[in-house]
Amino acid sequence: MSFDSFSEFLAMGGHGIYVWLSYAIALVLFVINLASPLLRKKQLISELKRRLRREKSTS
Amino acid sequence: MSEMLTKEPVRTGEQSIGGLFLAVLKRDLLLSYRCRSDLVNPLIFFLMVATLFPLGVSPEPDFLAQVAPGVVWVAALLATLLSMDSVFRSDYEDGTLEQTLLSPQPLFVVVLGKITAHWMLTGLPLALLAPLLGVMLFLPEGGMGGLMLSLLLGTPTLSLVGAIGAALTVGLRKGGVLISLLVLPLYIPVLIFGTSAVQAAVTGLPLDGYIALLGAMLALGIGLAPLAVGAALRISVSG
Amino acid sequence: MAEKKKWMPRWFYQMASPRWSYEIMGKLMPWFAIPAAVLLVLGIAWALAFAPQDYQQGNSFRIIYIHVPSAILAQSCYMLMAVAGAIGLIWKMKVADMVAKSCAPIGATMAILALATGAIWGKPTWGSWWVWDARLTSMLILLFLYLGVIALNSAFESEATAAQATAVLALVGLVNIPIIKYSVEWWNTLHQPATFTLTERPAMPAEMWVPLLIMVIGFYCFFAVSLMMRTRNEIIHRERRASWVRELIEKQ
Repeated sequence: MSFDSFSEFLAMGGHGIYVWLSYAIALVLFVINLASPLLRKKQLISELKRRLRREKSTS
Repeated sequence: MSEMLTKEPVRTGEQSIGGLFLAVLKRDLLLSYRCRSDLVNPLIFFLMVATLFPLGVSPEPDFLAQVAPGVVWVAALLATLLSMDSVFRSDYEDGTLEQTLLSPQPLFVVVLGKITAHWMLTGLPLALLAPLLGVMLFLPEGGMGGLMLSLLLGTPTLSLVGAIGAALTVGLRKGGVLISLLVLPLYIPVLIFGTSAVQAAVTGLPLDGYIALLGAMLALGIGLAPLAVGAALRISVSG
Repeated sequence: MAEKKKWMPRWFYQMASPRWSYEIMGKLMPWFAIPAAVLLVLGIAWALAFAPQDYQQGNSFRIIYIHVPSAILAQSCYMLMAVAGAIGLIWKMKVADMVAKSCAPIGATMAILALATGAIWGKPTWGSWWVWDARLTSMLILLFLYLGVIALNSAFESEATAAQATAVLALVGLVNIPIIKYSVEWWNTLHQPATFTLTERPAMPAEMWVPLLIMVIGFYCFFAVSLMMRTRNEIIHRERRASWVRELIEKQ
């Protein structure tokens, strides 16, 4: 371990905010890049389901 | 346009490339000349943008002298961008563009002719007008020659690359700002070496390297841009 | 009967079928998702807690483990986007178009991440939130290229025309990237003092470059997963009238 205690780990020798901010931004962007396609898939499926139901009822 | 090109009796194989180029050039120059007010607009814009800097930042001669090369170049860039939309639009709207694409004439030459006409009507006047802006922005006299030379070599490249953006967006209704968005990143190398050439001229250093680089970019542009423009035109017309 | 010589491997031609591509991507995804998760967690833990700090920059050096992979990804992604666009143009392959379209937002995200981490790293190192460093400036221009591609793609009504126009733009950008890089680096030597560059990597001991490698591979795996998810969505959207899609929807 490069750090002796958890509080030192958080502080990062005074550079804590920079390091944690960077990693936080990375995490947020990763989550967005996973969530966005997943949400879109759900949206696509529900839209297509609705359309199929409509076509079935009119046929 | 096809009318002008086929006015001569059909002499297959005898229509020269140079003849085609000149015919296209003449036609575009003539068409633009009929709408003279449009020609002056980019030049007025050029002047106005350069005026914004003393007004918006500072009229101090020392400051302006420092930023003059960059300001003139940026103004030239923006003025060129503004005029790019018109290169293909009128032809697209009256169907001439489609005819051109269908004709057997090499598209490369036609495109090059149109871009040359555009440059002669925008870039060339800008380069000639630039020393006036140089004076207004306190550019040292040693820099004037470098300014004109760099613009003379750089503006054709701007027209060539800008034409790619114009060709990609000619089929869209709202082309305007999109062209700028697409083309500005591609303009950056020309901007960097253009302004460096002027700064070298101001400080009395040799310009050769920068002029050579600008020339190289122009050569690359002449060779490759018409290909991209041709492909983009075909896509826009068929889409 | 003469057999026409095929220049590409069989799977290349199979990819022309959106259905086949959809199914094969579905099967491949876990093979990238699990390594992505493992490598990223492992890499981040190592980067934050176990890697030594840089003797000059202290702990802010740890930002390199995010900055460098995202920069590498941003550039690779553009290349893939341009190549996929070219394949779509030449072979008229719909799936290639869809891959190219899906690359753009991911690449833009990576570029934003590289810029943000680069800027944040600049503060303790240089004292300011932004530096016109050559690599950061080139990355900013790359982001502009991505944004241009995304903007152009959404401006067309016809998906096929949008894909073709985007492919041309991406290829024009690809040719320009070395020119832009060269000019920005050259410009930078004029205007920046010749000091330690932000992303210079002096000979790193293994404890430093191993977690970096892990992060880079982890990023690539994550990129593959995100790309496949987006491409599959595009396939469903574009092929929505096909019978296999209808069957698929009904099963959901």
